[in-house]
Amino acid sequence: MNGIIGKKLGMTSVYDSAGRNVACTVIEAGPCVVTQVKTDETDGYFAIQMGFGEAKAKNTPKPMLGHFEKAKTGPKREVVEFRDFNIVSKSLGDLVKVDEVFKEGDKVSAIGTSKGKGFQGVVKRHGFGGVGGATHGQHNRMRAPGSIGASSFPSKVFKGMRMAGRDGGDRVKIRNLQVVKIFPEQNLILVKGAIPGHNGSFVILEKK
Amino acid sequence: MDAIKFVHEQMQSERNFPEFFPGDNIVVNYKIIEGDKERIQAFRGDVIQIKGQGATRTFTVRKMSNGVGVERIFPFAAPTIVDIQVLKRGKVRRARLFYLRDLVGKKARIKEKKVMSGK
Repeated sequence: MNGIIGKKLGMTSVYDSAGRNVACTVIEAGPCVVTQVKTDETDGYFAIQMGFGEAKAKNTPKPMLGHFEKAKTGPKREVVEFRDFNIVSKSLGDLVKVDEVFKEGDKVSAIGTSKGKGFQGVVKRHGFGGVGGATHGQHNRMRAPGSIGASSFPSKVFKGMRMAGRDGGDRVKIRNLQVVKIFPEQNLILVKGAIPGHNGSFVILEKK
Repeated sequence: MDAIKFVHEQMQSERNFPEFFPGDNIVVNYKIIEGDKERIQAFRGDVIQIKGQGATRTFTVRKMSNGVGVERIFPFAAPTIVDIQVLKRGKVRRARLFYLRDLVGKKARIKEKKVMSGK
């Protein structure tokens, strides 16, 4: 999997060559530092581990500081492994830039942590329809989940029954997003459509 | 936000439209594509709102068409807009003229601004 780590900056819209207005997300992608190269001999598989985003040394665990020291770089906020990274050959301490990994028109996946919604009911969390109307005897059950199971058989609520609870804040992958534009000097990439997470949150862009 | 501003500057071509404000009567000439044919259509009306900034700035034009109010929102950056002409400067006291939607006939007119001559 080829990819890069980035930071979601925000959304805007641009016009494509056909004059259509395209909503897209601006991502600051890279440059990432190669912090480890895993090979068949040492680890049994090939992968490249990259770091992105400055971190303070006092907030970084000492073993990680040593790990970054080996790559001759400062502490990083995010460290991600990309298995079978094969577009460009990189060794320890090398920089990986956006334009090396992606080109305009590519289809990429964006992985991020979705915005946390707090404790939510079943209508928002699982897309239940609600009861349907406020009439026919309803007065306070408009967004209730309804029945959660049968009676004496099975005498329990099945595991995985969709109920209210914490919503959002999950790892979400959005696939097949088109790369609209790349600005290599500014390390910016424009991706068509929305990606999960707040502005300023980390995202992983990857390409099959 | 600076990165988004940068993207706007890179992706937006410079357009030179005459300056206009809410209350002005303008004609927007824009391209429409029907199948494989392309032609230019005019939309004449009063500007009732200008909103947004940068590349996503838009303006709303309202006109009466056969007794029915029609509003159209144009982005300033839209490549389909060929040109804009300002016909009348309107004298209005607010930036959003949504009260026009509730008015019909003579009441829905906007007074013209008397522009002082250059000398």
